[in-house]
Order: sequence, then C-alpha cells, then structure tokens
Amino acid sequence: MSPARKPPPSQELIKGIWRENPVLVQLLGLCPALAVTNSVANSLAMSAAVLFVLLGSSLLVSMVKRIVPGDVRISTYILIIATFVTIADMVLEATVPLVHKELGAFVALIVVNCIILGRQEAFASKNSVGRSLLDAIGMSIGFTLTLTLMGAVREVLGNGTFLGHPVFGPSYEPWVIMILPPGGFLTLGCILLVFSWLKRRGEARAKTTPAVAGTVVREAA
Amino acid sequence: MTGPAPAPPAVPKSASALRLIGTLGGFGALAGLLIVAAFTATQPRIRANKAAALAAAIGEVLGAPDRYDTLYVSGDALSRDLPTGQTAETAEAVYLGWRDSLPIGYAVVASGSGFQDNIKLLIGYDPATSRLIGMTVLESKETPGLGDKIYKDTTFGAQFSQVTAPLVGVKTGQGTGRPNELVMITGATISSRAVIKAINTTLERVGPLLLAHQKELPQ
Repeated sequence: MSPARKPPPSQELIKGIWRENPVLVQLLGLCPALAVTNSVANSLAMSAAVLFVLLGSSLLVSMVKRIVPGDVRISTYILIIATFVTIADMVLEATVPLVHKELGAFVALIVVNCIILGRQEAFASKNSVGRSLLDAIGMSIGFTLTLTLMGAVREVLGNGTFLGHPVFGPSYEPWVIMILPPGGFLTLGCILLVFSWLKRRGEARAKTTPAVAGTVVREAA
Repeated sequence: MTGPAPAPPAVPKSASALRLIGTLGGFGALAGLLIVAAFTATQPRIRANKAAALAAAIGEVLGAPDRYDTLYVSGDALSRDLPTGQTAETAEAVYLGWRDSLPIGYAVVASGSGFQDNIKLLIGYDPATSRLIGMTVLESKETPGLGDKIYKDTTFGAQFSQVTAPLVGVKTGQGTGRPNELVMITGATISSRAVIKAINTTLERVGPLLLAHQKELPQ
C-alpha cells in the first residue's frame, strides 16, 4: 500500500484559516477566545503572542523531532512552548505595557493553549520544517481572524468604539454585557452558528454541483 | 503437529534513562539560555516603562511637581534609605513632591479589596491640612461599565483634589457640605466604598509619619 500523498504546501497554509480553523472547527484555544476578546487591541496582542509561540515551537519541534525520544516528547514540547511564552511575555511587557497589563495571566496561560501543543503533537513532530512553519502561520491567521472578529463585535457593541475610536454618536448607550464574560459566550455562540451554517451551505452546494466543485479544487491545488 | 509459536508483536524499544535525562537536560539548558537572553534584552525597557508610569502617576496626583524624592517607611519614620533587609521592590515607598524648592505634598500608594480584586491607588496628600491633592488608580479589575467608573468617571476623580481625610462616602444628593464628604458613584457603590476604605486605612497608618516628616522640612 503506497503512503498517502501529502497535500501541496499551499494547503497547509490555507487549511487553518477556514477548513481546519483552530477555534471555529477544532474548538481549541477557547479560553483566550472568551477571556481577552473584550477589545480589538487585546485580541490582536494575544494573536501576535500566539503567532510568535506557535512559529517558534513548530520550527524547533520539527527540527529536533528525530532526536527527541517518544517517552519524553510531551515534556520536551511543553518546555519549548513555555520558553517561547516566557519570551513573548517579556517582549509584550517591554513594548506594550498597557496591553500586557490588560491581558494579565492569559499570556502565561498560552503554555497550556491546546492549539500550540496540538499542532506540535499532530503536525510539527511528523512533518518537515517548511510545512510546519506554513501550518503554524495558517493556524495563527485562523486564530487571529476569529479573535479579531470577536473583539470587534464585543468592543463595538459593548463600548461603542473600535480600537478605541468612537463608532457611534454620543447618544449610543453601550451594551455593557458584551464586554463582560457572558458577552464572550454570546459572541462565540453566534459566530459558531453563522460559521457552521456557511460551511454546511458550501458543502451542500459542492454536492449538488460536483463538476464546479472539482474545478475549484483543481484550481486551488 | 504444531508449527513454531508466532513471534510476539514487536514492542517499541524505550530509550535509555541516560538519553532521556540528556534530552530533557539539554532542552532545559537551551530554554534557560534563551530566557536569560530575553530577560537581559527586555529588562531595562521594562524598568524604564515602570519608572515612567510611576512618574506620570505622581505628576497627576501632586499637580505636576518639579521633582520628587522617594522615601521609605522604616519603622515609625520615613527614611531616604531602604529599611534593612528590604529592596526597592519590597519596601513601602512614599514620594515627596517639590515645586520651586518647596514641598507640595506626598504621593502614597493605597490598596484594598474591591468588588472583583484588589484595587491599587496612588493618592496625593498634604498632611498639614489633611487635604487630598489628587487620586489615580494604578491597578483595578473592577467590572467594566460599573466599577471601572472609579477611574473613568471624571466627576468622581475631580472630588479628590479638594476633599479632606478621613473620607466619608455619601450618596448622590445626600451630602451635607462637610469637607470630608465624597459623593459615591451611582451603580458602583461597592467600588466607591473600597476606594474610600483603602485611602482611610492607609492614611490612618501612614498619615502620622507623613506629618512628622513634613514638620522637619523647610517651609
């Protein structure tokens, strides 16, 4: 039996954005998605930290995958991830102290973010450096888009601002609940609902028009 | 007649204990090296940011002093020297502001339990008149839209430039005009009370030290 053919490298980059979006499809990283998305700035800072940690960890894990014994692989991955998280924490505190203060303990908690360890165990430890980096970038873009969307909805409705700039007039009464914890659950639930509906609609269309769908796949490949 | 017994399934061979220790030790050393390098590179900027934030807060609560001195609470007195066995991070500090070579008041850190978590404030205080000069919130996790008005509501903040200690919180429209009355925020009564309690508790403890120190200064 011949080994399964690997998808083209571009697919490793694209899959994390929609088809295997870490938050909306894999439902990973929900803790930061709910906790820090009360503003767009916080969402972007958390996404930047996750991008840095995911890129660094995937690079290192894919480089050393052959020399790490299976018995201690999880411990080694966590050690690598914790190192990059500590560096990200220090860099954020030095460059954007106010955002760092807002994010609080959630930067340190990236160590236990399932997206990071999940990608090391499921992908970086089994693939080349190049593919692992593409996978890390794709997953980070998917994570960033989701968090930014959540942050935008919550900040605009809950505070009447976008990145601190007023969106509505002075007569707008903010929906404070949107920047409180229940607002995180409400926003995530609504986004998951719309995402699921769009995905199912796309799948249904692909089934009814196989020729067109085939063309799209070939073009994408 | 029976054939030879089937070979047992191959069990993956475990790495030796030495290799496991070597792998974890090696990665631990690499992690340490990277973290120390990042610490060395970022620490000066982190310290500078903290100093700038503190200077801005002192400027806000003391009304833009020309300069300020850092004093430490050492037993029953204030001292320019760190108390024995303490560092600048652990010692309790107060800041004496100067303008035109004259002392204008002290900036004191006050903290107490808020609605969500601890609230940390910096207050400007003149011990001679028991009058507060200003207040700013250094740390707070009070509820957005409600308790966070302790630093977002400018009307509440403005009261701290004229009120005298010890503070007494009153509800809107129920004040009697006494100089130590502070009108609390409607909808954020617990956070307002927490601010008042933190300030009163701190000044009750540190106020006599500030007064004694102020009497020794040139007027």
